[in-house]
Amino acid sequence: MSEWIEIGKLSDIPQRGARCINTPIGRIAIFRTAKDDVYAIEDRCPHKGGPLSQGIVHGAQVTCPLHNWVFSLETGVAQGMDEGAARTFPLSCKDGRIFMDTAALQPATAPPLPR
Amino acid sequence: MTEKLVIVGAGMASGRMLERLFETDPDAFDVTLFGAEPRGNYDRIMLSPLLAGETSFAEIVTHDAEWYAANNVACRFGETVTRIDREARTVTSAKGETSYDRLVIATGSAPFIIPVAGRDLPGVVAFRDLDDVQAMVAAAEKPCARAVVIGGGLLGLEAAAALRARGMDVTVLHLMDHLMERQLDPAAAYLLKKNLEERGIAIHCKAQTKAILGNGRTEAVLLDDGTVYPADIVVMAAGIRPETRIAVDAGLHVERGIVVDDRMVTSDPAILAIGECVEHESICYGLVAPLYDMAGVAAKTLLGKEAAFRPVETATKLKVTGVSLYSAGDFADAPEREEIVLRDAAAGIYKRLVLKDNQILGAVLYGDTADGAWFFDMLKKGVDVSEMRDTLIFGQTFQQGSGPFDPLAAVAALPVDAEICGCNGICKGRITEAITEKGLTSLEDVRAHTKASASCGTCTGLVEQLLALTLGEAYNPAAIEPMCGCTELGHDDVRRLIKAKRLKTIPAVMQELEWKTSCGCAKCRPALNYYLVADWPDEYADDYQSRFINERVHANIQKDGTYSVVPRMWGGVTSAAELRAIADVVDRFDIPTVKVTGGQRIDMLGIRKEDLPAVWADLGKAGFVSGHAYAKGLRTVKTCVGSDWCRFGTQDSTGLGIRIEKFMWGSWTPAKVKMAVSGCPRNCAEATCKDVGIICVESGFEIHFAGAAGLDIRGTEVLGHVKTEDDVLEHVTALVQMYREQARYLERIYKWAARIGHDEIRRQIMEDADRRKAYFSRFVFSQKFAQVDPWSERASGKDKHEFHPMAEFSFPQAAE
Ligand code: SRM
Ligand SMILES: Cc1cc2nc3c(=O)[nH]c(=O)nc-3n(C[C@H](O)[C@H](O)[C@H](O)COP(=O)(O)OP(=O)(O)OC[C@H]3O[C@@H](n4cnc5c(N)ncnc54)[C@H](O)[C@@H]3O)c2cc1C
Ligand code: SF4
Ligand code: FES
Repeated sequence: MSEWIEIGKLSDIPQRGARCINTPIGRIAIFRTAKDDVYAIEDRCPHKGGPLSQGIVHGAQVTCPLHNWVFSLETGVAQGMDEGAARTFPLSCKDGRIFMDTAALQPATAPPLPR
Repeated sequence: MTEKLVIVGAGMASGRMLERLFETDPDAFDVTLFGAEPRGNYDRIMLSPLLAGETSFAEIVTHDAEWYAANNVACRFGETVTRIDREARTVTSAKGETSYDRLVIATGSAPFIIPVAGRDLPGVVAFRDLDDVQAMVAAAEKPCARAVVIGGGLLGLEAAAALRARGMDVTVLHLMDHLMERQLDPAAAYLLKKNLEERGIAIHCKAQTKAILGNGRTEAVLLDDGTVYPADIVVMAAGIRPETRIAVDAGLHVERGIVVDDRMVTSDPAILAIGECVEHESICYGLVAPLYDMAGVAAKTLLGKEAAFRPVETATKLKVTGVSLYSAGDFADAPEREEIVLRDAAAGIYKRLVLKDNQILGAVLYGDTADGAWFFDMLKKGVDVSEMRDTLIFGQTFQQGSGPFDPLAAVAALPVDAEICGCNGICKGRITEAITEKGLTSLEDVRAHTKASASCGTCTGLVEQLLALTLGEAYNPAAIEPMCGCTELGHDDVRRLIKAKRLKTIPAVMQELEWKTSCGCAKCRPALNYYLVADWPDEYADDYQSRFINERVHANIQKDGTYSVVPRMWGGVTSAAELRAIADVVDRFDIPTVKVTGGQRIDMLGIRKEDLPAVWADLGKAGFVSGHAYAKGLRTVKTCVGSDWCRFGTQDSTGLGIRIEKFMWGSWTPAKVKMAVSGCPRNCAEATCKDVGIICVESGFEIHFAGAAGLDIRGTEVLGHVKTEDDVLEHVTALVQMYREQARYLERIYKWAARIGHDEIRRQIMEDADRRKAYFSRFVFSQKFAQVDPWSERASGKDKHEFHPMAEFSFPQAAE
């Protein structure tokens, strides 16, 4: 079952920045780009577990703070020569409010994020 | 009997609907038109030119008394409809009830008046109808009248430009970082801001209005940060809300707007709604093109014909004389989207197209909007542009030829009196003249004849480009390594151009230096941010999001995502009280590791990010400030015990180290700066492998610089010998300031010094007293803005959002 719940407001997140949400399956980073697009992506770099939410956001990409791998926010896939992907989650933003599908956050349906 | 059609709202949408209705069947209905304004339909869009004095009201009336009479419309202007009774099928106005068979709601929008104290004062106006325009025109007649416009969107800026054209003193307050953020990206907004400022309109972004002040009438606007702008009128242009009150009261389905289906019918089959008051497929529109479509559909629906409204893309233009600006579609960055950017700094042109799968998704044009309609047309039609991709951005008329622009354009565009060589004060004109008149062909020639690039050498790239520009093909300069993939320019060129062109924001640099991406990358943004902080300490607002995480949260990120905290221990000296405070913090926050660092202080490792502000608050109470162990800035000044205790000590090395650290802490530098002061040549503080080191001797102090003990190992060079502590401070500060102004981002002092020459540094710092004093005072000036303890700022609430998750969820698992 899909159920969309509000996780916060667009204005809670700085432009070119990120905030985290803690969920039953682990920490998820919510990014906001310069153009006010929002993306949800697991807060864990597939390289060595760096918190992607702490990276520098440029365009629709983020650079991991630990070893500078660059990830696409939309697909979670590492760019350039690096290989790996972080899990992404569906998100919707309406009238400045951000919603997430709780189905994607149920331990029963979604495997926990590796820690 | 003819059916009775009642329309509420005589605006742009209902006017168009009536035209469509009468064209097809003039006798289908008995029409009554209610309008809250005491006048019939007019072209609301033209209120901006009307306010600017470029047209008259008569010219913008779309339907006059004759037209209504010819079409038998019963006009009820000046009558607001206050109630709809759906059972009885009547509407109520001040003059009583009027019955309907079909009702059309076309009430448009209401201006959003921000909820601050003083918003009801006379002198606060919106910008929505003719009455508002008349109020503004009246205010502008007073000599030296001042207007504050709240809102830097389409409406606010049109109002501001028009009031300015009427001679008012105008300030625009905008809540967001950049103007028209919904339609423009930062680069285009920068150009727009520049244009408006050149006309004398003051623009204050990130402005939080706190109150409108005045005694019986508006006198000023107060911002959260304490700024006060005097104002004879305040124009509220902070947004609009669909005007849905009567629909809500009548129990119609209303979300943000009155919900309609494809035929413009509301949840009551007898009632239609059109215009800005409507919501269709979750979209509310604020521009007329889609509203006209709605009007056509509603006319057909009323006549029983099939018609469906489909969501449409809208394009925006700003109606300010002398500004060409066009934006359409979705121009957000996203993976798999590509962008094509054209920047022509000299002509003030910026164009950006966003493509996906070879189709145009969005376009922003500034300065040259001739191709706006062409791009918009292809966008709507989903045209495959792969054939013309390479030249697409040059527009429709571009056939073949010139190709991408000249990478030398930025230098070519500099005026002849722009300073190229800062050390020797040589301007562009002197260099190009020398090249042509004396027939110079190489960098060495230019150095010999003009001295340009002969000192610190940071302008070498620019001088080479001038050679290339003047000599053309005949000159082949050594390749310059670009800063990153976003530009062809190297660090030195960017630094010189920031100064020469007086660029003061990241979007300004990116526009004027023709960046190839719209938002930069993780390499160039932190570098540009540093250059701007260093060059314009008083004017530049640090761009937080362009800093690496450590400098954003003022702690060092660790491999597991926790942080370490290193407080300053001035000169490596501590006390029982400080140690006790550290011990208490370690206990209270259960900090797993406490370590003495190689920099003579204590590191607490493994702190959870959420705990940082509380840790700092406790440390702050004990008098600690941030040790900047994370910063491209002053780190530590190591000292030895010196003459206070040591039997060999010649001077107070501990005291001098503390004095230097207290004087220089907080300054941002290209890379980290570490110093040390040893009390005698035995050098227990290891001063001879530091960025700057001081060895105390009987006769004074020997200043050393450009050592390294990290990735490279290198003993220091001697800068010179001075007599007093004051001299040490002046020389060391001047040296660091010279480095701050010239080095490339992430370049340590030893690398910078090797590049420009130790002798040149000695000459400027030791021999040229005027220059040294100038460096010194520039450093002192910039410290006024830099010596703020970031920890106490954050312990008292700054950047709160960094340290808390946005939300926590622990909802129950889905049922089986
Ligand atoms: C804590 C400390 C080690 C210790 O336990 O003693 C340390 C820890 C780190 N050093 Fe260091 N360095 C420490 C003294 C040094 C020293 C010795 C000194 O300062 O006297 C050096 C050699 C001198 C020098 O700076 O060249 C040193 C040379 C480096 C380098 C190589 C720099 C270079 O340009 O060659 C790096 C890497 C870099 O900066 O890119 C580095 C980077 C780091 C970083 C910041 C790595 C990182 O980016 O995360 C470490 C942060 C740990 C943390 O969270 O606190 N650290 N590091 C020392 C902190 C001193 C302080 O009180 O601030
Ligand atoms: C200064 C300005 C410049 C603009 N520039 C542009 C532009 O360049 N391009 C563009 O596409 N759009 C522009 N617009 C927007 C455009 O004017 C609107 O989208 C359009 O007018 C909306 O049409 P409407 O019929 O829905 O509402 P309106 O034109 O606002 O008409 C609604 C009418 O209903 C009346 N009313 C409201 N409630 C009641 C009630 N209960 N009883 C009776 N009457 C009521 C109102 O008084 C109003 O006269 C501009 C708007 C303004 C104010
Ligand atoms: S520097 Fe000299 S005086 Fe100071 S501790 Fe070392 S040996 Fe002693
Ligand atoms: S952990 Fe992200 S790049 Fe290494």
